[in-house]
Amino acid sequence: MANINRKKGFWLSIVLALAVYVVGQVLISGEILNSFYINTLFFMAINIILAVSLHLIIGITGQFSIGHAGFLAVGAYASAIFTMKLQMPFGVALLVGGLAAAVAGLIIGIPSLRLKGDYLAIATLGFGEIVRIFLLNVDYVGGASGMQVSHLTDWTWVFACLLVTIIVIVNFTNSTHGRACISIRENEIAADAMGINTTYYKVAAFAIGSFFAGIAGGLYAHNFYIIQPTNFGFLKSFDILIFVVLGGLGSMSGAVIAAVLLTIVSAFLQDYPETRMIIYSLVLVIMMIYRPKGLMGTKEITQFFTKKRQGIEGGESDGKHTAA
Amino acid sequence: MANTPLLKVDNVGIQFGGLKAVSGVNAELHQGELVGLIGPNGAGKTTFFNLLTGVYVPTEGQIMLNGERLNGLAPYQITRKGISRTFQNIRLFGELSVLDNVKVAYHSLARHSILSSILRLPSHFSGEKEMEEKAIEFLKIFKLDGLRYEMAKNLPYGQQRRLEIARALAAHPKLLLLDEPAAGMNPQETRELMELIAFIRKEFHLTILLIEHDMPLVMGVCERIYVLDHGQLIAQGSPEEIRNNPKVIEAYLGEEVS
Repeated sequence: MANINRKKGFWLSIVLALAVYVVGQVLISGEILNSFYINTLFFMAINIILAVSLHLIIGITGQFSIGHAGFLAVGAYASAIFTMKLQMPFGVALLVGGLAAAVAGLIIGIPSLRLKGDYLAIATLGFGEIVRIFLLNVDYVGGASGMQVSHLTDWTWVFACLLVTIIVIVNFTNSTHGRACISIRENEIAADAMGINTTYYKVAAFAIGSFFAGIAGGLYAHNFYIIQPTNFGFLKSFDILIFVVLGGLGSMSGAVIAAVLLTIVSAFLQDYPETRMIIYSLVLVIMMIYRPKGLMGTKEITQFFTKKRQGIEGGESDGKHTAA
Repeated sequence: MANTPLLKVDNVGIQFGGLKAVSGVNAELHQGELVGLIGPNGAGKTTFFNLLTGVYVPTEGQIMLNGERLNGLAPYQITRKGISRTFQNIRLFGELSVLDNVKVAYHSLARHSILSSILRLPSHFSGEKEMEEKAIEFLKIFKLDGLRYEMAKNLPYGQQRRLEIARALAAHPKLLLLDEPAAGMNPQETRELMELIAFIRKEFHLTILLIEHDMPLVMGVCERIYVLDHGQLIAQGSPEEIRNNPKVIEAYLGEEVS
């Protein structure tokens, strides 16, 4: 029974994904969307990738990292170097961007993941700033004036990367490895005592998260014509953090919804740059007062559909339990 | 005794700065024994557990499990060698379901890699299925299978304690350390707990070391008792010997006024 449901769910997701892709492609190539909307759509997908990748680190593993823009920057610059300086194809460059960010994640993760809570946050914040300042001072990538990048990002690439990111992170989370990460979030001492190699899983989650941030960086770099170190300041890190917190720590669908909503909000507020941050902040303050657990809490969208079935099943065995 | 002890604690101690929390403790646990560890508050009982499980690294002496030195191993390595524990203040994975709590303990026995899970290879499905079946089996033993989808934090206190013991056992220990399992339980729950401990000991051929303040429980189930006070072992022996030991009485009640 569970097997059939699983297969049904699998095909349903494939059909759904294809449908989204086709609709997007038709809207773009049919010139129904103007370039502003296309740009917003790409930006939305990139933000979802970022949100989901940070969700793995903060929401699942519980490691409070606020230097995600650093990995975005590493991915953006690494992929831009590969396409612009080394004339490599875009796909290769994206992969290199992801791998470079993952290596950066390992280098920063192995020493700093010994730290907990606030200390880890400060260390990762520092890492983000180091990356930015470093790029600012390297002439090879244009220093402060930035680096020219050709526009290579298209809907197919964006969508494929988004899909891969979500599949990988969902599959990781729904396995014993994901449970190991959640157990670290819930109680690190107990996780350790249950035989979980906590350092390994923290670093693994960190590396996977940074890998996808790097991929997002590649897409981001090739979506605009120029990348500058100022694009990757700590405010960018906070933007990503806000997706995760607003969506609900521990909920991937929450992170996705928050990324979509906030991308739309900030796109439409672009004409009022002075008030943009005020409205943005107000949304957050109100949110935290009325729904401190975030939009979705720790729940996933799929739970709303499966809840019923589980409820019945649980009820039955509960009955047996009390009768016995 | 002829056979080598399961656990041999040799002159173990730990110092935090100038404070000797535990010092010069010698103990031996043999296969299948149920041993109690008692002592007044602050005597160093939990610190001793933390030394055994690798949370702290001893600054003196050595700890041997089946003749293998444990000093300096990380807690997860020690768990895999066969020492598992529960905590004085319950440390369940609150946001995980009852079933998932037990599955986490099975993690170290899982053979499917991160990559096979991400790619959803057949080994992922078979591995996860095996874990699920074993975990449910375990929950049945502990009469928790009816609550398998309940979040651990929503369980009543007594059942949380039960689940913690189930989880510790799911890690397949040779030696189980229970840190005040009866704390906060009413007499009825304590009695059930005693039965449970006797049952799991027989069922899993376990050696158990138990910290407890509930004296009837300790005296009732333990075959031998160690007494700690001010970080030092002041007595050991059968419950009867301990009950009449003047040093123990002194540690608990204070010196006799002469």
